[in-house]
Amino acid sequence: MKSRVIQDEADPADLVEAPAANAGVNQAKELLMEAVAVPAPDVLDVPHRGAAVSAEDLTRRYGEGETAVEALGGVSLSVPQGQLTAVMGPSGSGKSTLMHILAGLDKPTTGTVHIAGTSIQELNDTDLTKLRREHIGFIFQFFNLLPMLTAEENVVLPLSIAGEKPDKAWVEELMGRIGLKDRRSHRPSELSGGQQQRVAIGRALVSRPTIVFADEPTGNLDSKTSGEILDLMRGSVDTYGQTTVMVTHDARAAAIADRILFLADGLIVRDMGRSDAHEVLEVMEELGQ
Amino acid sequence: MTRVALKGLWGRKLRTVLTALAIVLGVAMISGTYILTDTITASFTQVVDGSYENADAVVSGKVAFKNNESATATTPAFPDSVLADVKQLPDVAAAAGTISDEAKLLDRDGKVISTKGGSSLAASVDPANDARFNPLKLTAGKWPVGNGQIAIDQRTSEKQDYGVGDTISVATDQGVRDFEITGIATFASASSIGASTIAIFDVPTAQDLFNKEGKFDEVQVAAKSGVTPAKLTTEIRPLLPPTAKVKTAEAQTQEAVDDVNEGVGIFQKILLAFGFIALFVGAFVIANTLSITIAQRMREFATLRTIGGSRRQVLRSVMLEALVIGIMASLIGLFFGLAIAKGLNALFSALGVEFPSGGTVFSTRTIVVSLLVGTIVTLLASLRPAIKATRVPPIAAVREGATLPTSGLSRLGPIVSIVTLALGILLLVYGIFGGGLSTATRLLALGFGTLILFVGVAMNAKRAVRPLAAVLGWPATKIGGTAGTLARENAMRNPSRTASTASALMIGLALITFVAILGAGLRTSFGDAVDKLFVADYAVTAENGFDPFTKETDDAVSGTPAVTAVTGIRGGDARIFGHNVQITAVPPNAAQTIRIDWLRGGVGVPARLGTDGVFVEKDYAKDHHLRIGSPIAVTTPTAKVLHMRLKGIFDPPKGGSPFGTVTMSDAAFDANYAKPRNLMTLINVKGGVNEANTARLALSLHSFPDAKVVTAAQFKKNQEADINLTLNLLYGLLGLSVIISLFGVVNTLVLSVFERTRELGMLRAIGMTRSQVRRMIRHESIVTALIGAALGIAVGVFLAILTTQALSDEGIVLAIPWTTIFIFVVATIVAGMLAAILPARRASRLNILEALKYE
Repeated sequence: MKSRVIQDEADPADLVEAPAANAGVNQAKELLMEAVAVPAPDVLDVPHRGAAVSAEDLTRRYGEGETAVEALGGVSLSVPQGQLTAVMGPSGSGKSTLMHILAGLDKPTTGTVHIAGTSIQELNDTDLTKLRREHIGFIFQFFNLLPMLTAEENVVLPLSIAGEKPDKAWVEELMGRIGLKDRRSHRPSELSGGQQQRVAIGRALVSRPTIVFADEPTGNLDSKTSGEILDLMRGSVDTYGQTTVMVTHDARAAAIADRILFLADGLIVRDMGRSDAHEVLEVMEELGQ
Repeated sequence: MTRVALKGLWGRKLRTVLTALAIVLGVAMISGTYILTDTITASFTQVVDGSYENADAVVSGKVAFKNNESATATTPAFPDSVLADVKQLPDVAAAAGTISDEAKLLDRDGKVISTKGGSSLAASVDPANDARFNPLKLTAGKWPVGNGQIAIDQRTSEKQDYGVGDTISVATDQGVRDFEITGIATFASASSIGASTIAIFDVPTAQDLFNKEGKFDEVQVAAKSGVTPAKLTTEIRPLLPPTAKVKTAEAQTQEAVDDVNEGVGIFQKILLAFGFIALFVGAFVIANTLSITIAQRMREFATLRTIGGSRRQVLRSVMLEALVIGIMASLIGLFFGLAIAKGLNALFSALGVEFPSGGTVFSTRTIVVSLLVGTIVTLLASLRPAIKATRVPPIAAVREGATLPTSGLSRLGPIVSIVTLALGILLLVYGIFGGGLSTATRLLALGFGTLILFVGVAMNAKRAVRPLAAVLGWPATKIGGTAGTLARENAMRNPSRTASTASALMIGLALITFVAILGAGLRTSFGDAVDKLFVADYAVTAENGFDPFTKETDDAVSGTPAVTAVTGIRGGDARIFGHNVQITAVPPNAAQTIRIDWLRGGVGVPARLGTDGVFVEKDYAKDHHLRIGSPIAVTTPTAKVLHMRLKGIFDPPKGGSPFGTVTMSDAAFDANYAKPRNLMTLINVKGGVNEANTARLALSLHSFPDAKVVTAAQFKKNQEADINLTLNLLYGLLGLSVIISLFGVVNTLVLSVFERTRELGMLRAIGMTRSQVRRMIRHESIVTALIGAALGIAVGVFLAILTTQALSDEGIVLAIPWTTIFIFVVATIVAGMLAAILPARRASRLNILEALKYE
């Protein structure tokens, strides 16, 4: 099924993890690469200062022997601070697996991951949990709010779990930004889908994490609400410099990103800078997605 | 549909097992009770059967009436001339007379060997004569001959390391005597008689030892061939004195077996009651677990409906699941009953009671009752959840987060639950305070009242969950941080689920609290009574505190220097005004050792009793319209009628008095009762309680190892210890219900964890550590358990107040044992932690990615 050889179609220069294929570069694409500060392959084995998250040569196999499935086939990348990165790709392309590994929810079969300069390889479950607590925020497709807590309690939940006192001014600021100041004591069941996702965004931002991961944040919303959520996410990058990685199917969502990575069959097949939805769709078409 | 149901059960193995466990334990208690009591009965029956194996007719002493519950009941012996007379009958092939009495064997330290609730049997053998009637057989040595020899039972020989040729001391009413062991024997027919001991003497020695010179307790007779037992008894009957009777061996055996059955039957009913309480709690657990699983399987039912399954098919599918669970659980419980029987045996043996344990009896009745009861209870408990499942609309298959539609009935919910609660309370009040009810009606009203009260509280509990959780969960939020706060929220988010989980626990705790409060009331009023009545410095009681003991101790104690008064209180049975009652007898000096509150007659009553005077309690006098001088006819067990007159009426303290229904002088008692014995002896000593006096009194009882001297304070403490022992036994039996309800807590938590999988995944992702997850589940479990404890303790206190109100005349005061209740609360917390272990582990080990994907 996976007989299609992507490298034949895609320009090798796009493949950050394929140094051998770097010869014969397409000029335009090379410029683009520099613009989005993709590091040269030879420095990839050193963790990046200034990179929120970096990964070297990630592979991830599920199962064993004949039935083993390779979800990631050798991916290296670095997510610089202060950027919104979108990860696109069809189902089974490995984009979710990549996100899970970068977020410290899953461990790679081979390769290394650094989150905020810490290698997660040797961390035990508790240390890894604490690392996530400190450095990572999550936004999920299905919001995943606690039904028995109010909007505000849901927002400050990560701080509560960490046993930290929330900074009042910051929580006020956040509640204002997500537009739920007057609904702070409503429970999720009393909020619309868009409002629930805004609570979730507040929850992701409240601990000022090194990086926020969003998994199809608009996947469960109508297009108008999606727009509002995307504006909110873009705003958090612009206003607070919040590094964000967003996994999405949605070309419109990808269009708010500073950088768009395309995955197929466990490899990054395209890495492009800011593009509009139209350009994204073109690339998707080009890649047969 | 059937296949779907069965496959579903298999697919949800853990849930099925957890659900079934609640029934397994209840059924096991029932089957265990039957197995235990059947085994005890069988062991006794074996002994009885064996005893009359070769006899056709049995002559035994005749009692005017029978009072099985009395500790002082004795059957009088009859003249041995009966044997000679019987032997002269032409139809008699052989006959032999025996003595059976009580003799306590002493261990090598001179202490009475404990029979742990069994008997200290004494028997006679006549090896020179016809030995065919002897139910005992020798395993070593030979039968005793002459007044220096004895044979003892094999168990005692083994446990106490006594062999043939050793010397053993034996305590009888005559004091302690040493005997040479010539033989070791067992009952030929029985494998075990518990911890009972047997002392075997030859006939003249036994007659001498038990003050039965020229008498027998029993004569067994064998007929010549061709003579029926019935004919034989007809021939024997005219020869007998009024104090003896004859029965065919078969009838005599039946009578003895009936006695055993009656005794064991009461015990069996009590244990069965605890089994049914356990099943009742189990029914709660099952109903709750099924309700939760059905809510979680709405999709599945809706899908069944969309593809054409009818409501009836959904109902049948759920009931079929319940049937399979019920049958499986009952089967497992049935066999688990073997372990429970062993456990009960161990429980009783830890509390000092040892049962005979022959071959385990596993009767058909045990199998049928266990299977039926277990299955029916399961089916009844699943009826409501099953009906709920039929209300799932097909649309739920495609809609996220659909909830069950409420039925017309459930809108009436609050009214129905309040009416149920009120009905329970009304029935209880009727049962307790209603006048002129028969015992059966009263018990039924109380039993159903309590059950309905429990159901009523459970139905109303969901409205109490939020406030209770808010208060009881407060410590969790302080100790457990965010995990504790979330735990409290989780306990409140589905009030009806938390309520029914806690309600199962409530039942056990309510009963335990009730028992504890009544026990404390009994202890308090008893202690008060002792304080009020006791002016004596010391008391003499039997080693175990309640058996009657020989009156010879009175003389021994009287001879001790410094002793100023010895009041031996005799005890015996009598029939008065058509009722079997316990009577007592006191010496003239009773006023010196007991402070009696006289209403009529004054402090001189005991001294003025003479040979025909008695005194009674004021209530008895009132009930029978007695006044000073009223005649009272007292029938003794030997059918003698004593015409007495009332000489005094006293007002006993609430905790009771040491006196029986009627009290006469010890002189009158000793003259008319075959074997006068003391229930207790009260002693005054110059100088009061001090070490020298204690030592002197103890020394005076040296040759009565079964009697011990205690100070007034010790006496009180010993009696309280007996109450505590009973309480511990009840706690142990009710503990099973609590364990079952804990399985309910485990069930609910496991199902909740399953339901909240995605939520747990999110929490783990955003930084909740595994230990925080475990803490969260643990605190939820504790909060749920504490809600159960709060409800249970409240209901228990309520029941206890009702009961003590009703029993205030009987002398039980309301005394709430706060320390004990505090211990129950601590135990509840520990139990909650234990119940959380498995669910917490499952929750903390969730794979975050799987959990987040989970839908």
